[in-house]
Formats: sequence, C-alpha cells, structure tokens
Amino acid sequence: MKDMLVQVEPLIPALRRYARALMRDRAAADDLVQDCLERAVSRWHERRDGSVRAWLFTILHNLAITQFRQATARGRHMPIDDAGEQELASAADQEQRLIYQDVLRKLAKLPEEQRSVLLLIAVEDLSYADAAAVLNVPVGTVMSRLSRARERLQQEMDGVAPGNVVVMRSLK
Amino acid sequence: MNQRPITEDDLHAYVDQALEPERRAAVASYLDNHPDVATRVAAFATQREQLRGALASIADEPLPAELNLSHIIEGRKRRPRWAGGMVAAMLLIGLGGLGGWTMHGLLQDGSNGLSSLAQEAAYSYSVFAPDHVRPVEIKASNSAEFAQWATTRLKQPVKVPDLSVSGYRLMGGRLVPTSHGPAAMFMYDDDRGNRLVVLTRPMSNRDLATPMMPQSTGDVAGFVWAEGGMGYTLVGQLPGDTLKPIANEIRKQARPI
Repeated sequence: MKDMLVQVEPLIPALRRYARALMRDRAAADDLVQDCLERAVSRWHERRDGSVRAWLFTILHNLAITQFRQATARGRHMPIDDAGEQELASAADQEQRLIYQDVLRKLAKLPEEQRSVLLLIAVEDLSYADAAAVLNVPVGTVMSRLSRARERLQQEMDGVAPGNVVVMRSLK
Repeated sequence: MNQRPITEDDLHAYVDQALEPERRAAVASYLDNHPDVATRVAAFATQREQLRGALASIADEPLPAELNLSHIIEGRKRRPRWAGGMVAAMLLIGLGGLGGWTMHGLLQDGSNGLSSLAQEAAYSYSVFAPDHVRPVEIKASNSAEFAQWATTRLKQPVKVPDLSVSGYRLMGGRLVPTSHGPAAMFMYDDDRGNRLVVLTRPMSNRDLATPMMPQSTGDVAGFVWAEGGMGYTLVGQLPGDTLKPIANEIRKQARPI
C-alpha cells in the first residue's frame, strides 16, 4: 500500500484536472476522482505492468463515460455553453482569463471522443500509446481523433477573431 | 537522402513535442518551406498552450479531504471485514437454528441440500471477497476457458452469468471444493467496489428444481435456487431488494434455451 501511495498520490491533481475538464462541474468531477481512487486502492494488485498513470486515467475515463451514458439515458445533458467556465479558469489577468474561458467554451463544443483525446494528449501529456490504452482504441484511431479535434477546435476559434472575445462578453 | 515523407501524425507529434530530435528537425525544416502548413501547426500549438493554461490552476488547488489517498486507504482497512461476521455466523450455526440464523433453519426442512449450497457460498464469499491480492484464480479475460474447465470438472454445462446490465463486471472465478464435489465460483464487482459471489454446482438430485429462496448468514445475504439439477446461489453484502433482480437475471441466463 505504501508503494501505491507513492505512485498514485502525485497523480491526483492531474486526475482532478482531467475529470473537471470533462465534467465541467467541480463536485461531479471530484466525486468521479474519489470513485477512481477507491477502485485504484481495491484493484492495486490486479493492475498489469505498465504505466500507473495510464492505468489511473483508464479507470477515471471509464467512470466518466459511464456517467455520460447514464446522463444521456436519463435525458439530461451535460452543460455545454453556460456553466463551468468560472470554475475552470481562474487566471490572474483579466485578458488571459477571457482567452482561457473562450478556449474552454469551444472545447466543450467538441464531441466527447475528440475532447478526451485532446485533453489526454495536449494537457495531460499522455503518450499516443497510453492514450490509446486509456480509450481502448488503436493508436491510429487516436491520431485521427486528435487531428479532427484540432481542426474542429481551430474552426471554432477562427469563427471569432481574437479581439472580438471581449466585445462578445460585453454584449452578454 | 532517403527521407521519409512528413505525415499528419508527424505534425501532431511535433506540436506535442513527441518526436525524436532528428525527426523533429526534419519537420521543422519542412515547416520552414511550407508556410501554410506552418500556420496550421502554429495554431495547434497555440490551442495546446491555451488549454494547458486554462486548466493549469485546477491541478494547483489543495486536495479536499475526500481525495486524500491516505484517508481512502485507511477507510478501507477500517471497513468491517468478513472475519467478524463469519465468527458470528459460525456461532449461530453452532447454536443450531435457535432463531438467530433463521433462514438456515428454514432451509433445512426439505431444503434438498440447498442450505449446504448457501453455506458454501457464504464461506466462499468470506474467504475470497475481502481478498485484494487474488480474489479470483482465473481472471475475467479468460472466462471462456474457465467455463470450459468448470464444465469438465462439474460434468455439467457451466455458463458464466453476464451481470453487466445490473452494473456488475465479472472479475473472474475459481473452482472451490465442497462436500459435494467441485463448485464453480464467479466474482463480480461494481464501480463502488461492492463484490458479489455466484456459486453453482450439481445437486445430488439431478432433477431438482426449486423456487428462489432468500438466505443469510451473518451479514452475507443472497438467494439460492435449483434448476435442472444444478444449484445456484448469489451472495453479497447488499440488501435483499438489491440482490433479488440480479439473482433473477442469473436464473434467466442459466436456463437452457
């Protein structure tokens, strides 16, 4: 168990970040991370050799997907445009903060599978192979999803010139 | 120069700083000569920086108590374990159905051996469910092989119940010895770490079929029944109303079609 503490504890902040970026709700995300850690503790001896980081992200990702499916089945949908940004971004300077809120709002418009892949790779620094393991798809699929995610996010970003971000907000 | 052509994958790996230095240099020189591609790649790099910046502060927040790993590990250790419940159950068995172990007494009259099966399942649960090192001998990934082996040893067709509709995943199984020969044990868990044990073996009466009966020993509860000469039991540490639909599902799946 000591071994687990040493290997898992440093990764908790990253798990929280991934969960919150996916769920866009602090409480729901932390609940998910808690579930993930409880599973990790009870299954520590069952994990296979390989990256502990990828193993933890796999557990977390599967829990998140189960939640999304349940939410969809119950007819609720996850917040897309409204809630969440202020919880996500808390940059010191105002202009930077607006840019951050904007990118997160646009990220939220991506389909779930594109969002996960972009977050795992661009934010959580998982290797392409580890991301493939977490998402349980071939590396080729990871690459094509990553490519689609980046193109799509770029289209979203190009839709509004950078200077207009502030204007849009003042109209709100 | 036998240089490999630059691929889209290379461009992404360039953005993600995942290229070997040599390849990285090759992509960089390609981008120098292809400003339109360079613009796209620069935009992807900007996205990456913005996403990382926007989410960075989350990882700096102090962890709430619920996410303190030491607490989670400690919480598991303090959770009531099987050992205590089993001692109590054994004592009650010793007392011989004086009312404490009601279902045991109830099942004993005309139980057709189902009470033994119920007891065996409770023992299996108490020994294997709390085990974090090797609760099962054969993992779920080899379930077909396990079913085949169990079928050979039990001399009866054994199917592995699929409880995913009830939110339980197969962890795996093992053969366990009983006074009536080998029994096949399957273990399942859900997202919260609750574990269930299903135990099945042939009954001495090869035509036996009975309705589903509740059973409990200590804080292990569940249901036991027989069909086509095979005895089945589902046990766990959950309320009867939770276990009943799962037992029904197992019964449905075990029926020869």
